[in-house]
Amino acid sequence: MKRVVVTGIGVVASNGLGKTEFTNALINGKSRIKHIAELEELEFGCQIGGIPDISKSIFNSYIELYGMQTASLMIQYAVIAGLEAWLDAKLPIPLHDSKEVDYNSGAIIGSGMGTIDVYGNRVIPLTNNKNIKRLRSTIVENCMISGGSASLSSILAIGNQLTSNSSACNSGAEAILMAYERIKYGKATRMLAGSSEAYSVWSWSQFDALRVTTRKHNNEPEKGSRPMSESASGFVPSAGAGIIILEELQSALKRNAPVYAELIGGYINSGGQRNGGSMTAPSTEGVIKCIKGALYETNTKPKEINFISGHLSSTMADTLEIENWSKALELTGNNFPIINSTKSLIGHSLGAAGSIECIAAILQLHHQFIHPSVNCEDIHPQIEKIVNKNCIPQHTIQNISLNCIVKASFGFGDVNTCLIFKKLNK
Amino acid sequence: MNKLFDEIKEIIRKYAFDKALVENANENSKIIIDLRINSARVVDIVLDIEEKYNIEIDNKSLEKIITIKDAMDIITSKTK
Repeated sequence: MKRVVVTGIGVVASNGLGKTEFTNALINGKSRIKHIAELEELEFGCQIGGIPDISKSIFNSYIELYGMQTASLMIQYAVIAGLEAWLDAKLPIPLHDSKEVDYNSGAIIGSGMGTIDVYGNRVIPLTNNKNIKRLRSTIVENCMISGGSASLSSILAIGNQLTSNSSACNSGAEAILMAYERIKYGKATRMLAGSSEAYSVWSWSQFDALRVTTRKHNNEPEKGSRPMSESASGFVPSAGAGIIILEELQSALKRNAPVYAELIGGYINSGGQRNGGSMTAPSTEGVIKCIKGALYETNTKPKEINFISGHLSSTMADTLEIENWSKALELTGNNFPIINSTKSLIGHSLGAAGSIECIAAILQLHHQFIHPSVNCEDIHPQIEKIVNKNCIPQHTIQNISLNCIVKASFGFGDVNTCLIFKKLNK
Repeated sequence: MNKLFDEIKEIIRKYAFDKALVENANENSKIIIDLRINSARVVDIVLDIEEKYNIEIDNKSLEKIITIKDAMDIITSKTK
C-alpha cells in the first residue's frame, strides 16, 4: 500500500481567492457573506450568501485561451482552483500544443448541483425558443458534469482517471477519499481531487423552497451562518471550489514537493435512511459507524485527535452532530478535541463544502493555528452539556501543536465521509 | 474588401490558440488546416458572422467554408 500526501492546494472561496488570501481570511476570522441584490429581486426568503470573486484570478488567461469563458461557473472555479493547486505542488503547466501526456496523474472533481447555471441561462431558453444553433459548439463541454476534470485535463494533459462524483454536500470529501484510494492501490501517482459548486439562483432557490437556509439575517449577512449557536436558523448558501493535489509519498519526496500533510485514510458510508436517517437528515448510527470506521482504518485512537473540522452547517442538526462525535470518540467535556466550523466564515458551499473545508483543515494543521468558529457566542445549551465550551474557539488560536486532525462531511441521501490527516512523519 | 477580411480575421482570432497564425493569414488560408482552428469551432465562427452581418448561413453553405475567402464570398453574396 502506498502512502498519500497533500502536495498542492488551490481554493476559490467566498472569503478568499487562492491559498494565501483564504489562509489570511481564516486566521483573521473574516467572513464575506453578503446581501445579494439578485436574491432580493427574486424574493428569496434567504437573501444572503457567499459568492467568490474570480475576476482577478491570474488563471483567467487559461480560461480565455481554452475558450472556457462560457462554461459553467462550476467548471471555471474548478479550473482556477485546479491550476493553482498544480502550480502550488511545483508541477509545470504544459504548452497547449505539447505532445506529452502524463498518464500517472488524474482528476476527480465532484459537484452537488453541477452546471445548472448554463442550463438556466442557455440550454433551456434557447431550446424552448427553437434556437438550438445558438447553443454553439462548446455547449456540451460547458455543461457536462465532468467538465471540471475534463477541462483541467485539456490544459494539463493528464491521462489517468478523469471523472466527477456527486453525493450532495458530501461530494468534496468523497472525491478526496476516492482519489486517495486510487493512489494507495498504486493506480495513479498523483490526483487532482476536490469539488466545485457554481453560484446560481436556480440552485439556491431549491434550498430556499426547502426552508433550510436562514431567513433571519438578511440585514446582517455576516451574522447569518451560526454553527453550534442556539440562535442558528438555517445555513447560508455559498459557492466556490477546493482542489488538492494528492500524491504518492515517494514521488513527492523524490521531486522535493511541498508536503502539507499526510492523508492517512478515511471512511465513507450511508445510514441507509433508516433509524432516524432520511433523505435530508443523517442517521446517528451511520455517522458513528463512519467516524469509528475512519479511526479503525487508520489505527487512530480518539485521544490522538487534536482537532475536528465539523460539517456543522448552522442548522438544528449541529447539536446532533456534536452528540454523534462525542459518542463515536467516547469523549466528553474537557476531553473533547477542539472543534470548529469553517461554514461560520464562508457559509455552506454545498458540493464544494467538503473540499474547501478539508483545505481549511489542512492549512490549520500546516500553519498550526485554529480559526475561530464565529457567531456562536450563544452556544447551544444542548451542546454545552456534551462538550466544554472551551473546545469551541471564538477567537483564533495561534501556535497550537496539531498533529492529527479529522474532517467529516455529510450530505443529503444520508451519506457520510470522514477523513484523517496527520503531519508527515517520514 | 480589406475591411471584410480584417473583420473575419478578428472573429477567427477568438477561437485560435496560435494568434500569430491568424495575424499572418491571407485570404486563401484554410481555417482548420492552416490556422489550426478546432473544427468544432467553425460552427461558432459562422454564428458570429451571422450575428455581425445579420445574415443566415444554411448548412450547405457552411460546409463550403474552407478558406477565409470562402467566408468573405458568402457574406458578400448575402449582403448584396
